[in-house]
Amino acid sequence: MVLSMPRLSRRAFGAFSAAAGSALLLPRSLRAQEEPVRGGTLRFLVDPEPTGLVPLSDTTGANVMLSCKITEGLYGYGLDFSLRPQLALSHTVTPDGKELTFKLREGVKWHDGQPFTSADVAFSLMTLKANHPRGRATYANLEEVQTPDEHTVVLKMKAPAPYLLNALAGQESPIVPKHIYDGSDVTTNPHNHAPIGTGPFKFKEWQRGSHMIFERNEDYWDEGKPYLDRIIVRFIPDAAARSIAFETGEVDVGGDYPIPYSDLERLSQVPTLGIETRGYGYGPNISAIEFNLDNPYFAKPEVRQAVAHAVNKEILLQNVYYGFGEVATGPIHQAHSQFYTGDVHQYAFDPERANQLLDQAGLPRNEDGIRFAVSHDPLPIGNQHIQSGEYIRQALAQVGIQVTLRNQDMATYIKRVYADRDFDFVNNTMTNSPDPTLGVQRFYWSKNFKPGVPFSNGSHYENAEVDRLLEAAQVEQDPAKRVQLFHDFQKIVAVDIPTLNTIAIQTFTIHSVNLKNHTLTADGIHANLAEAYLVS
Amino acid sequence: MSLRLLPVFVRALVRSLPTVAIIVVFNFFLLNMAPGDAADVLAAESGAATAETMAATRARLGLDLPLLDQFLNYVTGLLHLDLGFSAKFGVPVLEVILDRLPNTLLLMVTALVFALLVGIIAGFLMALRAGSILDRAISVVALFFYSVPSFWGALMLIVIFSVQLGWLPSSGYQTIGFEGSGLELALDMARYLALPALSLSLFFIAIYARLTRASMLEVYGQDYVRTAVAKGLPPSRIALRHVLRNALVPVTTVAGIHFGILLGGAIVTETVFAWPGLGSLAFQAVFARDFAVLLGILLLSSVLVIVINIATDLLHAWLDPRVEVS
Repeated sequence: MVLSMPRLSRRAFGAFSAAAGSALLLPRSLRAQEEPVRGGTLRFLVDPEPTGLVPLSDTTGANVMLSCKITEGLYGYGLDFSLRPQLALSHTVTPDGKELTFKLREGVKWHDGQPFTSADVAFSLMTLKANHPRGRATYANLEEVQTPDEHTVVLKMKAPAPYLLNALAGQESPIVPKHIYDGSDVTTNPHNHAPIGTGPFKFKEWQRGSHMIFERNEDYWDEGKPYLDRIIVRFIPDAAARSIAFETGEVDVGGDYPIPYSDLERLSQVPTLGIETRGYGYGPNISAIEFNLDNPYFAKPEVRQAVAHAVNKEILLQNVYYGFGEVATGPIHQAHSQFYTGDVHQYAFDPERANQLLDQAGLPRNEDGIRFAVSHDPLPIGNQHIQSGEYIRQALAQVGIQVTLRNQDMATYIKRVYADRDFDFVNNTMTNSPDPTLGVQRFYWSKNFKPGVPFSNGSHYENAEVDRLLEAAQVEQDPAKRVQLFHDFQKIVAVDIPTLNTIAIQTFTIHSVNLKNHTLTADGIHANLAEAYLVS
Repeated sequence: MSLRLLPVFVRALVRSLPTVAIIVVFNFFLLNMAPGDAADVLAAESGAATAETMAATRARLGLDLPLLDQFLNYVTGLLHLDLGFSAKFGVPVLEVILDRLPNTLLLMVTALVFALLVGIIAGFLMALRAGSILDRAISVVALFFYSVPSFWGALMLIVIFSVQLGWLPSSGYQTIGFEGSGLELALDMARYLALPALSLSLFFIAIYARLTRASMLEVYGQDYVRTAVAKGLPPSRIALRHVLRNALVPVTTVAGIHFGILLGGAIVTETVFAWPGLGSLAFQAVFARDFAVLLGILLLSSVLVIVINIATDLLHAWLDPRVEVS
């Protein structure tokens, strides 16, 4: 324990003077809240250090968090998922869904001074189709992009793709300059580490292991913005050190699980910090227990149902996620309200019933009370999956299933689960992506059973009706019908549970209270921060 | 250092080449035994992948070639002083390593020099007052520094000096966007260097203190010291000129070894303080299966350890003219 010194701590002094100062300035501060303040340096924390800054082929979390400040997309999505024009102003779709026409913004320049034209959009979309891990699915039906003039693009589709309109944010479909990328290998182009975009900030420097600096783009198409002078991005690998950096005010903002949940309580008491839970609707995450259906035990529906009855999702929510989120009822997150339905079968926490089911399945207890033994692999990201695994082990021990936890690093996990399929069941967290066709279908579609490819249909689930529903939803133009297809899908998989979805996670942004306008869109601080500003 | 030792130095270097070769071969094949490869990690971090993108990544990184071919390519590169390309960072390995090397050197040299100074002085005092309360007190403190895990020590220093007192920054190696130079820049860097260097040095202070104490007590029992006392030399002169100088031999040996080890980077300290050095680089490279970077660091460390061991031998020859160098 540190001896407390008989002097005003830095925080208390700061709070006192802020209170005194604001008391004197009250009328001015009321006005200041409405008018953004120009200037200031924002210190942005990310972990881990990004591997690149343009998510064309490499969509690591940190890359995606930072890219939009420099490289924009066609649209942004408001907190209510309404479309906000960015590089595209408007669009029309033909009734058969095979032609989409976008009107592009005029007078936009790349950071190197070249004009932004439709050729750049055409190039970017075809590049995404070829290289982006989700782009291959998003733009699968895109045959060609025509450019009748410098500010219009026409997408010719071989079949309708209603989900495409949800995938146009800069972080998902970045628009890159053709004159920089054309003719080069997109994945190794050095500009992936020193991007040229249309965004409110220009790339200035990247000191590996330490920081990045982005500076205001003085020629940004949105006059008068951005308000910030520059953004300094800092990498701090140690979790405790990150929490401390927020406490001491050395960083101003960080998001998407920047600090452990266990530190959240302490940091929420700090008067200079705020916690924001909005801004994660664009690609919300769901935790799940995924079974290997080729395992003789988990191939039996009664065994999977028994596991569902034996695991208390509330306990997971409260103890592993500190209440941040909701109990999941299926593969679609509640935040995707337009597609979600809770009207599905739920296996309630009922260990008695679990025991009955296992007896019925012909798996009685032996003299030690054990029915059978399996291994469990938690996804090695953060701590949550290991903690969940420990709870799962305890819960299943109650019904006679002996679980051995196996720990490994990410590369080993990927190889073991997806390439070798040497697993019994796992627990993981997956993103829903901006649309269920892009984020959810991949786990339930029998045609996506691809050993060797991470985050494909690892359970090897095959259900002809589910396949039909998913494939129909891929091309269904009528929004109401598409929603119905997803509702039916959720009903079926809630009964089959090849994957038992446990928690619909709510992650958070920590920010200095001096930072305003950081969360205006569905992707929160992933967006371009053109309107963000700092008050002192 | 006299010129007579130079050919000795060169001969020793040449004799160590087989060692370096064995290290390269052994590490290459050992690392490749780890399950999963860089393409798996890149795909995992993306949160999505397809068979085509993974095949393309593997082709680009040369991971689809048979292992022996990959090894021969690597060795051929080495002979051209090309350490390969980093899968994780997307730049040549030499660039990544040279980027981080000065930071590691700075941290390590500062920590060890500080540890030597404090440790030797503490050991010296302990030996002079052997058995007294001062001796026991310093002993307990040294034991504490020795046993405390480095990450806990680092975090405690941060809590005290950054959070509670607010005197020093909690992480990083410079004020980003700092526009000064010369003395201002040095002072700025010193602020960031203080805590990591202190944290790293604690363990070594304990070792050098105990070692100096034990070594000095042993030397005090030697014949020539009794002679010096009989001759009537003042005790301070005896302690400094005769005892300490001879007692330093084991200390410098051990310090030389530590010097070599720390050149591979102090992983824990660098991670906690976000100090961009070789240690945290190696740590990240393991999880990213970025073998080119790892092999580069291992090679560099091996070579440096060998060079430093040779230099330590020569230092002994200088310190103690009785030591013969063959």
